[in-house]
Order: sequence, then C-alpha cells, then structure tokens
Amino acid sequence: MPSAILQNHEAEIRPPVTSVGVIGWVKQNLFDGWFNTLLTLVTVYFLYRIGPPLFRWMFMDSVWFGPASECNQNPGACWSIISSNFRFILFGFYPYDQQWRPLLAMLILFGFLYYSRDRRRWTKRLGYAWIIGLSAMGILMRGGILGLSAVESSQWGGLPLTLILSVFGLTAAYPLGIFLALGRRSKMPIIKSLSVVYIELIRGVPLISLLFMGSIIFPLFLPEGITINKILRAQVAIILFTAAYIAEVVRGGLQGIPRGQYEAAESIGLNYYLTMRLVILPQALKIVIPPTVSILISAFKDTSLVVIIALFDLLKTTQSVLSNPEWMGFSKEAYIFIALLYFLGCFSMANYSRKLERELSRD
Amino acid sequence: MRKTVCFFVLALAVLVFATGPAVAGTLDEVKARGYLIAGVNGGVFGFSMPDDKGTWKGLDVDTAKAIAAAVFGDAEKIKFSALTAVQRLPALQSKEIDVLCRNTTQTLTRETTNGLNFVHVNYYDGQGFLVPKKLGVKSAKELKGATVCVLPGTTTELNVADFFRKHNMEWKPVVIEQPAELNKAFFSGRCDCLTSDASQLAAHRSVAPNPDDYVLLPEIISKEPLAPVVRHGDDQWYDIVNWSVMALIQAEEFGITSKNVDEMLKSKDPGIQRFLGVTPGMGKALGLDERWAYNIIKQLGNYGEIFERNVGVNTPLKLERGLNALWTEGGLMYAAPFR
Repeated sequence: MPSAILQNHEAEIRPPVTSVGVIGWVKQNLFDGWFNTLLTLVTVYFLYRIGPPLFRWMFMDSVWFGPASECNQNPGACWSIISSNFRFILFGFYPYDQQWRPLLAMLILFGFLYYSRDRRRWTKRLGYAWIIGLSAMGILMRGGILGLSAVESSQWGGLPLTLILSVFGLTAAYPLGIFLALGRRSKMPIIKSLSVVYIELIRGVPLISLLFMGSIIFPLFLPEGITINKILRAQVAIILFTAAYIAEVVRGGLQGIPRGQYEAAESIGLNYYLTMRLVILPQALKIVIPPTVSILISAFKDTSLVVIIALFDLLKTTQSVLSNPEWMGFSKEAYIFIALLYFLGCFSMANYSRKLERELSRD
Repeated sequence: MRKTVCFFVLALAVLVFATGPAVAGTLDEVKARGYLIAGVNGGVFGFSMPDDKGTWKGLDVDTAKAIAAAVFGDAEKIKFSALTAVQRLPALQSKEIDVLCRNTTQTLTRETTNGLNFVHVNYYDGQGFLVPKKLGVKSAKELKGATVCVLPGTTTELNVADFFRKHNMEWKPVVIEQPAELNKAFFSGRCDCLTSDASQLAAHRSVAPNPDDYVLLPEIISKEPLAPVVRHGDDQWYDIVNWSVMALIQAEEFGITSKNVDEMLKSKDPGIQRFLGVTPGMGKALGLDERWAYNIIKQLGNYGEIFERNVGVNTPLKLERGLNALWTEGGLMYAAPFR
C-alpha cells in the first residue's frame, strides 16, 4: 500500500501534450478559434505562394556580378546593377580615385555615432571629440589642405550627401526647434509673435516648395555675382523646415509639465535660464522622445526630396544609373537596395530612441 | 532681441558681399574663375549623363566642353551643374551657370519673355510614336482610340493632345513619371503606343525584351530644335558659344577630325587656314586665342565624331543622322562661313 502511494507520487500528472511545447504554442497562438485558424491558413497559403518564388528570384536565379547582357538572359534578380555601379550610387561625382575620402569620413561618422550611443559617455570631452571629428570629416570631403586635392561640394553626392543633409539638418534643427518652442511660450510679445509666425509659415508649406524657393527663387534676389552653393541652400531649407516641426513637438512637452514645477523652480530662486536648463527642459524633452524621433526619421527620409532640385543624393544617383539604357530594366533591384539602406538608417534611429526611453524612464 | 541682431548681421553680410565683384562680361568672368559652368540634364543617356565613374558623357556635354576648349584651350576646364526642367531657366538667369546645354527646345517665348538667346542647334529632335509591330499600325493617324504612354513633360503631353485633337481621334493617356516604369508599362502591354522625343524612343526601344518587335511610326508630330542657351545682353559671349557649335559643324564639312587636325594645319585651302587660325583673324574677332577652333577639334572631334560617339549607330541608342546630317548630305546642319 505505501509503495502504491509512493508510485503515485512519482508519476506526477503532466499536462496534456496538446497544451505544452511546440504543439501547445501553435495551438494557442495560431489555431485559437475558427477565425484565427482561418487567418493562419490564409497567411500560410500566401507565404507559400510568395516566399519560394521570391527566394528563387532574389538568390537562386539572380546574377550578382557581370554585365547587363547576362541579366537579360536570366529570370532572376539582377544584383549586378548594384555591383557594377555601386561606387557611383554611393559616391556620385566624387573623383573616382579619391573616393576613399568620403568612405573614411562616413566610417568616422559611424564610429562616433556608435561610440556616443551610450549616455554615460556624454561628457564634455566627447563634445570636443565630435567637433574634431566633424572637422576631420569636413577636411576629408573638401580637401585643399594637407596634400589632399580640393573637391568642390558640387561634386559631392550619393550616400555622403544624404548623410550630410540629414546629420547636419537634424543636429541644427533640434536646438533651433527648442528655441522656437521656448519663444512661442515666451511672455515677450515680439519674440512670441515672431516664433508663431515662423512656425506657422513654415508648417504651412510643403518641404518641396521650400526647396524650390531655395533653389530657384532665392538666387534671383541675390545681387549680381553672388551665388550660394546649391547644397547649402537645400541644407538650410531642410533645417528651417524640420525646426518648425520639432518646435511644435517640444512645445507639447513643455505644456505637459505641471505648473508646480515652474513654481517650485521659482521658489528656490532659479532664473529663467536655469529653470529651463535644470528643471523644465530635461523633463519636457524626455516626454517627447517618441514624436521627436518620428520627426527625425521622416526628416531623414525627406532628404531624398532634393532629387527635385537635381542634387545627386542616394536616390538621384540610383535614378541616374537607371536612365542608362543598359540598366533601365532593373529598377526593382536598385530600389530594393536603397530601400535597404534607408531602412537601416531609420530602423537604427527608432531602435536607439526606444533604448533611450527605457534608460530615461529608469532614472 | 537676438532675432533682430541676427537679421541685421545677415543684412550687413549681404551688403558687404554685394559690393564685392564688379559686373563684367561673361567671358571675363569665366576666365577669371578659371573654368566654365554648364547646366546639363543629368539623366538623359547619350546627351548628358554621368557614367559609372561619375564622368559626364554625352552630346550636350561635349558641346559644352567645346566652349571650354575654345575659351581655355582645355576642354576639361568645366564644371557641370545638373538641373531639372524647372530649374534650368532661372539658373541661367541668375548667373549660376554660364551656358545651358540641356536638351532645351528653342521657342519664341523662351527667347523673348525669358530673356534668353538660343545659339545654333546641336540636335534636331521631334516627337514620335513607338508601337509594337503586332499592332499592325503603319501610321500615327491609325491610332484612333489608342492608350498612349507618356512622360509628364513640358511639351510632350501637350503635343500629343494637340495631335489627336487635330485629327479628331479619341485617345487615353497613361502618364507615368519615371522612364523605367514607363517602359515596363509599355512593354507589358498596358498601352498601345509610347510617345516621346524620337531620340528618347530609341533609348526606350533598346531596352525592350526584344527590340525588333517594336517600330517607330514615320510621323514626327513636333519640331524640337535643341540648342545651347545663353542670357540676353552679352553679345560677345553669345558669339563665342554660337561659333563654337558652328565650328564643330564646319569641321565636319571640311573633313577635319580629331585625328587629322594636325595635318590639316598644313592645308593649302584658305578656308581651312582661316578656320584653324593658320591665317589669324577669327580668334581675335571673337576675343579668343587664334587656335580656338583647332583646340575644339583636337580635343573633341567634329560634330560627326561627337554624334557617333554618343548617340550614333554603334551606341545603345542607334540613332541615324537624319535631320542632323550635314546640309550637303540632306540634313539641316549648316554652319555660316568662317570669314
């Protein structure tokens, strides 16, 4: 008898196979009720129809290197449009034998961005390092000293141009946006109305029209003999545009801070600058991280609009390759490639903002 | 406060810069700068497009280089500025560029209202139709009720609308922005015919899965004389650009090529002697070096060489000379006498 009890103890009752392990997971997540079962089956069917042919097109039947004539005989993707033209797509008109310079500049930029991802490393020294790094990049791109041949900015293109427009656009627009937001909340009537007019005017027109104005109308107002660089004009338009949007987002954050915070800061005798610097902005900017990042992401993608003023950014160099009769038929492959590059940029920004949010909410 | 200060600084900066350079003729400006700035298209194969190393290639590019060769004796002293259709005229008006070589059609309003001058034509184009052979159409007048693939363009769309209205025919336009997408739509049979400038249709046909399945219809429904453009009000610069283009044409008529130009210096023909500057006079009249035409031909070749190199029968475009042949061979290329 006692042994029987013992045995019962040993043979502990397991849950049925259908509710644990792989089968259990599948049942619970994919075949949970008739509606979900139907959805699963439909999805599986579409994956089956799309997946294998896509895989075959992208990897099995594809041509990775070689001339366009080889692609024409092949049913698969023609990745050789990228491999044959990737230096033009990436660097545009930058002199062919000097293209290590923009490459190095981009590597420096990525290195800095990677190192700075950790908030604990944000020290004054890093700030100086950034200034040195950015100047090094500028020297590399522009040349003219240290034995580097001069390369005019009109010859910049491709990925470096896209990165320059976005990185400088975003870093300049962010502080400008904060100033505008503060200006709009200011009690001084002139500053307040100037900020409101600026924000509403800029938000009232699309970026394309700003770019057009910068590139077409603006030069007509300049006195004889003065021309301002095309890239600079586009860069300024992007900064002005993004700043107006950031201003509104930051204003939202400022309004979200309870009145008590302002009063508390005043009661310990902080002036306006210190109140903002130490109490209000750190909290307000933290609240608005998600909308700010989505503005930054859309600004990053909006840089591709400079195509319409014939700056050879990443998208334009790709389109330029596509207008060569040899490669005209392979737009899918080319667009997939740059979509991938843009996705990498946007995804890492989004990812970083999530990380930043997590860290800040822990504090 | 800060804003007003900023504004004043900006205004001051503009004033300071504005008092800088004195207004001079375009030739002096170009010489002082050390290079020519030419506005080009940037996306038209055979006319102006960067190759896979980022070097500009094409008929318009070589025309612009000819001007640089005439001014500096060096065809490489040139910078290209890629411009869109909307940008091109303001860029010239605001002196961002010295000359526009961007397949631009000469029209009355552009010469008058826009304050521009077109020099000698460097390519006679015209709008045509490309149809699949199996459609069995022999003439554009049989295209009643056709769906027409067309790029949204300044005049292409209007011309085709005019054509169908004039012949009292129904039609359905399919407007597509990108050339590559336009091709796909046409080759997959979404439209019965494709319309564009004849030179472009050749490019479209060359990428067809089977180019021989498509034919160009004989009708050319518009005149598109494409010529380099300069600003009103600088006649010396106009002359230089105009005669640089004519020099290319005249060299072909003389039979001078980039290969035999050195031998031609010894020619007994007084016309060739004047042309190449052996007998001086022409260069001085233009305000250029006497060897200006020699430099053009030596470095770029004559018009025929440029044509064959960029758009001729041995290129993917496979264009015949047609209207662009010399006048002695039934074309329209005709240079005024060099004397």
